[in-house]
Amino acid sequence: MDIISTRNMSRDFIEDVLEKTKKMEPIAKAKKQVDMLKGKTLATLFFEPSTRTKLSFMAAMNLLGGTVVGFDDPRTSSVKKGETLADTIRVVEGYANAIVIRHPNEGAAALAAKFSEVPIINGGDGSNQHPTQALLDMYTILKEKGKLDGLKVTLAGDLKYGRTVHSLAYALSKFDVSFVFASPPSLRMPRWIVADLKSSGISVKEINSIEVKSDVLYLTRIQKERFPDIEEYQRVASAYILDEETLKELGEETMIMHPLPRVNEISPGVDNDRRAKYFVQSFYGVPTRMALLAMVMADI
Amino acid sequence: MNEELKVRKIENGIVLDHLPAGKSPDIMKILGVDNQTEETISILMNVSSTRQNKKDIIKIEGKGFEDLVVDKIALLAPGATVNIIKDFNVVEKRKIKIPDVIDVVSCPNPSCITNQREPVKPRLLVEAADPLKVRCYYCERVFNEHDLLEKL
Repeated sequence: MDIISTRNMSRDFIEDVLEKTKKMEPIAKAKKQVDMLKGKTLATLFFEPSTRTKLSFMAAMNLLGGTVVGFDDPRTSSVKKGETLADTIRVVEGYANAIVIRHPNEGAAALAAKFSEVPIINGGDGSNQHPTQALLDMYTILKEKGKLDGLKVTLAGDLKYGRTVHSLAYALSKFDVSFVFASPPSLRMPRWIVADLKSSGISVKEINSIEVKSDVLYLTRIQKERFPDIEEYQRVASAYILDEETLKELGEETMIMHPLPRVNEISPGVDNDRRAKYFVQSFYGVPTRMALLAMVMADI
Repeated sequence: MNEELKVRKIENGIVLDHLPAGKSPDIMKILGVDNQTEETISILMNVSSTRQNKKDIIKIEGKGFEDLVVDKIALLAPGATVNIIKDFNVVEKRKIKIPDVIDVVSCPNPSCITNQREPVKPRLLVEAADPLKVRCYYCERVFNEHDLLEKL
């Protein structure tokens, strides 16, 4: 089994992952190793920098009793010598029971899966997908709201290049949700994703500022590099910042999420608000990835 | 004068019929016709047709069905027919259909892994034929006919 994209995941599969994540949560909280994946090796191939995803996969594998090998700087690997991804995968599959891959090109994880005999987990492929992030986001919402159906979810910031919001939108679309997509016009959710969501019967509203009355407000970082000049960036990005002032407008039960790292989208003054859930969200990366690793390597 | 007499019949070769009106220059490009081409080729544009109102026709002397990249032609002219001619007679008619998977055109997303020197063919899954809608199996992006034509 591979974990490549939330677009093709069924509601049953997502619910199964969330159920298993719940069972892993006490182990992650206790930080006490079990031997479910003892003797198994996970390879982490990070062709792009990562902190949270890589560390939480390592922590997850360690808690399940397995070993991690890998690289996080392609400049020190054979990739620099011009090796194709297909070759790298065919070599590494000989060393590991599963592979996590992060790569700057869209479709890299699907290509890896084509060449690999061992399961592939997509740790982010260009601006396409980041399915394990979406699953931990789903777990966070379920924990905090007690349900996934009947929610109004606002995804805000860079919806064009942000792979986390692409994956989350597809994953949530398997449930009865409605979306508000809040972004500058130049960073709108890709047309084909909006079309896919609408064709599965999901309501989508697109606006130019953050919607503060949703059940979930999911903020993402807007990168300076996406704009022609710094003034334009500052002018546009300021509409997607949550600070003590905008917090006053926030719905009483609106939970605030962010895949992190943040720069200035959420001011530190928001951190202690009871609705701020981004650090617990980050923690849930460990039990979610434990569940996924156990599913692909131990067939639980 | 009778329409059929404008261009004489061919002895052996193929006739691409029921091409959408005005598409024949693009199709000639796909066929690789240029100033080095030796075969006799006749092009009829905007011919009256009962089925299509107007259509284009391309007749190529001395070529067979196997010489055509049918899947590429299908992108521009779904529903066209290829008549195979032997001794001035139509011996077979084949309808051009859009395949389920297109692997003769590269993914229009430059950042797709299939455009990065990897040992894989493109794999564009056809989700709708008219209007054309394809999705790259790898990068998952969706493209229309216009996006693909730029890659032909």
